[in-house]
Parts: sequence; structure tokens; C-alpha cells
Amino acid sequence: MTSKLARSFAAVMALLATGIAGANQYNLQPPQSIIAREIYDLHSLIMWIILAIFVVVFGAMTYSIIAHRKSAGHKAEQFHENTTVEIVWTVIPFIILIGMAYPATKTVVSMKDTSNPDITIKATGYQWKWGYDYLQEGVSFYSSLATPRDQIDGGNAEGRKNNPNYLLEVDNPVVVPVGKKVRIITTANDVIHSWWVPALGIKQDAIPGFVRDTWFKVDKAGTYRGQCAELCGKDHGFMPIVVEAVEPEKYAAWVKDQQAKMAKAAVADDPAKSWSLADLKARGEKVYAANCVACHQATGMGVPGAFPALSGSKIVIGPKTDQIAMVLNGKAGTAMQSFKHLNDVEIAAVSTYLRNNWNNNSGEAVTPADVKALRK
Amino acid sequence: MEAAHAHAPGHDDHAHHPSGIMRWIQTTNHKDIGTLYLWFSFTMFMVGGVLALMLRVELFQPGLQVWRPEFFNQLTTMHGLIMVFGAIMPAFVGFANWQIPLMIGAPDMAFARMNNWSFWLLPPAALLLVISFFVPGGATAAGWTIYAPLSTQMGPGMDLAIFALHIMGASSIMGSINIVTTILNMRAPGMTLMKMPLFVWTWLITAYLLIAVMPVLAGAITMILTDRHFGTNFFNAAGGGDPVMFQHIFWFFGHPEVYILILPAFGIVSQIIPTFARKPLFGYVSMVYATSSIAILSFIVWAHHMFTTGMPATAQLFFMYATMLIAVPTGVKVFNWIATMWKGSMTFETPMLFSIGFVFVFSMGGFTGLVLAITPVDIQLQDTYYVVAHFHYVLVAGSLFAIFAGAYYWLPKWTGHMYNEVLGKWHFWLSMVFFNITFFPMHFTGLAGMPRRVPDYALQFADFNMISTVGAFGFGLAQLVFLWAVLKCISGGEKAAAQAWEGAEGLEWTVPSPAPYHTFETPPAVK
Repeated sequence: MTSKLARSFAAVMALLATGIAGANQYNLQPPQSIIAREIYDLHSLIMWIILAIFVVVFGAMTYSIIAHRKSAGHKAEQFHENTTVEIVWTVIPFIILIGMAYPATKTVVSMKDTSNPDITIKATGYQWKWGYDYLQEGVSFYSSLATPRDQIDGGNAEGRKNNPNYLLEVDNPVVVPVGKKVRIITTANDVIHSWWVPALGIKQDAIPGFVRDTWFKVDKAGTYRGQCAELCGKDHGFMPIVVEAVEPEKYAAWVKDQQAKMAKAAVADDPAKSWSLADLKARGEKVYAANCVACHQATGMGVPGAFPALSGSKIVIGPKTDQIAMVLNGKAGTAMQSFKHLNDVEIAAVSTYLRNNWNNNSGEAVTPADVKALRK
Repeated sequence: MEAAHAHAPGHDDHAHHPSGIMRWIQTTNHKDIGTLYLWFSFTMFMVGGVLALMLRVELFQPGLQVWRPEFFNQLTTMHGLIMVFGAIMPAFVGFANWQIPLMIGAPDMAFARMNNWSFWLLPPAALLLVISFFVPGGATAAGWTIYAPLSTQMGPGMDLAIFALHIMGASSIMGSINIVTTILNMRAPGMTLMKMPLFVWTWLITAYLLIAVMPVLAGAITMILTDRHFGTNFFNAAGGGDPVMFQHIFWFFGHPEVYILILPAFGIVSQIIPTFARKPLFGYVSMVYATSSIAILSFIVWAHHMFTTGMPATAQLFFMYATMLIAVPTGVKVFNWIATMWKGSMTFETPMLFSIGFVFVFSMGGFTGLVLAITPVDIQLQDTYYVVAHFHYVLVAGSLFAIFAGAYYWLPKWTGHMYNEVLGKWHFWLSMVFFNITFFPMHFTGLAGMPRRVPDYALQFADFNMISTVGAFGFGLAQLVFLWAVLKCISGGEKAAAQAWEGAEGLEWTVPSPAPYHTFETPPAVK
């Protein structure tokens, strides 16, 4: 509550000092959708009510502390009961609460109305990136943190300082058209994640094995950034969400472009093609960088005690079937999840890469056909 | 005690007990056990505090400087578990042990041997938690809420935490049964329920809450354990389970739990404010009813921790309304405290300072609680630093400040000496100022969109995080003043009278200071 007092005060000072941008540090981000705006207004309304209560209640307390002190010679009165007063200060807060609940109820109802969307996008949480599927358009891609590791780990502190989107940038943003109702369906592959974009006023947990939904409609073109909001393990702080809202024509062009790219990738990842060990290894290195490196590290040495080393691992250089099964199905009860969602070529490639990298020199290739045979 | 007689013949009949370490291991005396609880709690408070400072060091500036993310998550998790189960809860049980028999005119707790066992379960549990840092994979890093299925991914540290929670839960349940039995059966003749000091009332209600919900936690963590090791699928969707069910069960325990952490604090403050206002507590009866309503409501609001899991609009509305309702009895309590101060004759010794500080800062946590109750606003603030600010305002400025207030208030009774008022005041003002420097900026970072439980953050949050870290170190160091004040008070100081405070009322002030080893062997008469 004082929180509000100081916040309003600080916000005013910041406005005076640095213009509108400064104020965002003290309040919810500027709303860019209907729901976000309603939430913003609700929050402001409640803060004003709280401020009023604060002034009355703690004004009384402060007055009492000053006036009714022994050192000021005040003699204690001995009253200790008054039913009327008790009823009054039970009923008045109750009425104030009803005043707050009414607008809040309206917003809850409109928040939950995910009917008749123009576009439906499935967001899938992975440890630690997001996968997106545009259900009608058939566009699918992964979206991972784009901030270079050396900026995070301190090797490049200068780069960090000059990166305005530090930790809030991804390789492939979600692109949506302005003014259209976008329904987001969330789910997860491993643990619970949460898909959150503050400026759009949505946060929806992504729960493995279950599907939830929410919606937004972006007011104007722009880039809106959010983060995973549910603790999901080691790199919880490193799986941002970026939504790029563009004009509908640009969106249509983007969809076409993506579809063409996917068709090309499908040809490139054709399991029927004859894959050489070198081809597989090269493809596998990319798959490793996108899916495995966060835990097992670029050195293949993992993190002792938490994530096992792959270099010299018995599973990696043992029978191919064991290795493929581990990648396909994961290991229950550990952070090693199932990578079934990767295609046969990707799994074959990464398996080949692992068998022929670091201290592993099996000289063997895992083929897409090997993988296909092991899929259940 | 039979053995004690043999070893210590000729002692004053009022203080026969083994000496040295065996006195503390074998003791069945409520005062000894209360002391043990309080020292245990302070030790864990220091451990949890060091973990918090380790967190704040990493958050001092953007980038990863000190810890790896996986270790950072262990720190947040263990800080939470240790502070909730190791520091705050045992501190209140310590107060209950010392004060309840003294306040109701009972010679001891009802089950003296079980009382010893309740305490001595805690050190092994704490040891399990601390050891878990050193097992492969380290301590559990799934957050103190240990949400499945993240918690099923953890290493053996998770199992140690589960065992520790089981043991601490058993200790709490035994302690609660003891407290309920003592209060209901051992009050001095004439002390009807509605004449009990409010601290006793709040603990009676808290003990019932504990008995009701600790088994629920035990069930939840046992299901995690069997999911982890015995192939069950309670929370594994692939096997037909439901990860969200864990959250329902956890918060059905967890929400009453937060009232378990605050109701005894209400009780302590309700003892102290009348003393230093030299005026009876205003609205005693409504205080009792308000406490009971809060306790009952605490069972029907759990899903407000889960608004973002995606539940039907009707469920969101029900839990929003129920949560908002809690503001009514909580407001009544705050109004009653202020009405107690109103037209009193106040002095501001350290217990009073901490109590007024409690009312003021706890109310701010209450206000942000109201903000968070509003479902749409909660959608924005869930799992951000705003929530971190909110629960530290109620748990640190609420529970912890009340614990300090109570400690200063009853130290003269426990030690026979007055504490040093200058040190006490320094402790209060340093704590108050640094507390706000640490946690107030978190409201801003949360509103602006900083998620909680992250080891690194975007650049726009840098300034406030730096301020928070500085504040945290100040707050941590201020607690050494408390330790100093307590040690100084134990070792000497101005002799305390039986009634150490001019305005104090109640049976505990009728016995000498320090309270003799055995008190009220013949029950006092209460008019």
C-alpha cells in the first residue's frame, strides 16, 4: 500500500525526470491488448482504493502514536469494546470488496473467452525452449534464447551492457497479425512451464500431458517480450518468449515464407536419401546445439552430479539400439526427456555425432532407418 | 527424571535435572524445550539467511557471476524450506512451549516426554536438509513448492528433503496435539476459554490447522516419492496422472500453512500492544472470531496460488471471492490493534516498536495480498518478484518481526534480566529500514515483469536488484545485533521484576523473573 504511495510518487518523479519510458520501471508494462488494458486499469483502481484505506488507517495510527504517548502525558482510557464500531469496520470493507470484485469478474469472464479465434497457435514448453505450431497454417518451429552465452557467463560483459534485449531475444519469434484474435494453446513436453507476455496480459501454464488455452488480440504492430514464468529447472531464466505483431499482409507473406522453408527442410531431412557419416555428423552438430548442449555442455562433459558426460559414455558408444532408445524415450525420473518429437534424420544425425565426437571414435553412423525401426 | 534424582541429590526441589548436555537431551521441562526450539530456530534462521545472501550476491548485477543456474535453484529452494520449516515454525513452537503453560497457569505441557521427542526430531531433519547439498546432484532445486513433475526429475537431494519434511511434519503434529491438549485440559481453575490470553487462542487455532494439514503435505510428498522410485504415476500424465493435482494437494496444505506462520504472530502482537498502550486489548471477542474465520477461510482459498494453471472461470471467481473475503477478518484485527493504541498511554520499548512495525509492514503485505487476490491482476503478477515482495512482507515483516517482538517482550521473564534497550532499538530500526530497502523495490521489478526464481535478469531490472542486494546484506548483518542483545541479556543486565513491564497483565507476570524451573505446581486462581 505504501507501495502504491511510493510508487505513484516515484512514478511521477520518474515521469518528470525521464519522460514516459522511465515510468515503466515502476508499474505494469504499457498494455497492448484489451485484456492487458483491463488488467492495468483494475490494478490502478485497486491501488487508489488501497491508498485511500492506507491514509485513513495509518493516519489514525500515526496520530495516535503522536498524541497518545505516555511521554506526552496522555492518560490511558480503559474502553475495550464497542459492538457498533466492530460491525461498521466489518461491513465497510465488505462493501469496498464488492466494488473491487465487480469489474474483476467482468475481466475474468472475458479473459476466459477463447471462442472464435482467427488463428490458433500451440506453444509447447521444452526444457529449455519453446516450440510453436500454427495449427491451420502448418507452420512449426522452435524458439530458443538468442543471447550469446558469453554475454551471460561474463566472458563478454561489454556485449551484455550494450544489448537492450539481453535474455529477452530469441532466434525465431512468434509472428502474429495485428487486430486478430489469437488463441494460444499451451502444453509441455517435460515439466510445467508458463507462457507469459506481460504487455499482452496473458500468462498460461504449459502442463505436460494436458492442454490449456488463452487468447490475445494485439493493438498495434511491435515486438513484445516475455519469459517462462514457472520454475522448470536449470535454464528456467533462459527461455524467453518474443511475439512480433505485424500487419496482416506481412503476416500472410511470413506464413508463405515459413511454409516454403519447411518444405525445403523436409527435403533436406529426407530419410530416404543416402546419408554419409560426414553429412550426418554435420547435421547432428546442429541438432546437438539446439537440444542437448544446455545440459551436456559443448565439451560433452555434462555437469558432474547433475548431467552425465557423453564423451566416453558407455551408452553413447555402446550398442546403437540402446543409444537411440535413450534419445527417443529419455530416462524416467531424470532430466533426460524424450526427444520423440525430433524426426528420424535428426535423431540419427545427433546419435552419429555423439558416437564420433570428443573421445568417442566409433566410426559408425546411425541411419534414419535404424531410428525408424525403434520408434514405438 | 528418576535418574536425575539420583545424580543431583540435595538440589533445590524446584530445579533438579541432569547437568551438561544430558540436561538438554533428556529434558521434559517445557521451559528447557522452549529454549531448545528457540535456539534451533535461530540457528536455522542464520543458515537460511546465508543462503538468501548467496542468492542476492548472484542477483547483484545481470549476468552469471558466482553460481551456476542449477546451484542457484538449489539455493532458492533450500532458503524457502529452511526458513518456513526450520526457522519460523519452530520459533513459534518455542514461544508456545515457554509461554502457554505460564499463561494458562499449567505446571508443564500435557505430554512432557512427547514434547522432548517433538523437539529432538528437528535436528536430524535439519541435518538431512543441509546434507542434501553434498549428495550427487546437490539439494533439491524444484522450489520449496516442489511441483511435480520437476521434483520427480531431481536427484537424491529430493529424497532427503522429502524425509526431512516427513520428520518435521511428524514433529509439528505431535507438538500441536500437545498444545491442544494442554490448552483444553490444563487451564487454571476459573480461566474459561474466553478469558485466555489471545496468544493462547491463536496457538489453539494454529494447532488445529497444523493437525489438519500436515498429513496432507505428508501425503503429497509420499506420492512424489513413490512416483520417483516405485513406478506410480500420481503426477505423471503419461501414466494417467495429473501434475496439477499435486498443486491442488500441496496448496490445500500450503495455504493454511501460511496462516500457521502468521496466526501466532497475531497472538504475540495482541499481547504486546495492550501492555505498552497500558490499555486492555480492544475487541477481544472479535479478535477470537476473526482468527477463527481466517483459519476456516484458509481451507477454501488454496487455488488462488494456481490461477495460471487454467481452471474454469467459475473456479477462478470462487477462489477470487473467497480470497478477498479474508481481507475482512484481517482488517478487523488491524483496526482492533489501532483501537487498542487509541487513547492509550504509549511507550515505545523494543517489543512495542517491533509490534507497531509489524502492524504497519504486515498491512502492506496484506494490501498486496488483496491485489494478488484479483484474478486478472494475479495473472500478470503470478510468479514474479511482486509475489516475492508480498510474501516477504507478511513472513519477514509479519512473522519474523512478531517473533522479535515476542523475544524482547519475554526475555526478562526467561533470563531474569532486562535486555539492553539501546541494542534493541538499533536492531529494530536497522531491520525495519533494511527490510524495506530489500523488499520494497521487488514490487517494482515484479510489476515491470521480472519472473521469480531466475539467476539472471534483463537489464531494466538491474538498478532495483542492486538495491535489494545491498538491503539484504544490511538486514542480515542487523540480525547479529539481535544475537548480541540476546547473549548480553542472558549473561547479565538489570534485574527484571516479576512484572517486567508496567502495563503487563497475565499469569506469566505473577511468577518471579527468571521463571523458576517449575511453576504453577499448584494452580493459581483466576477471577
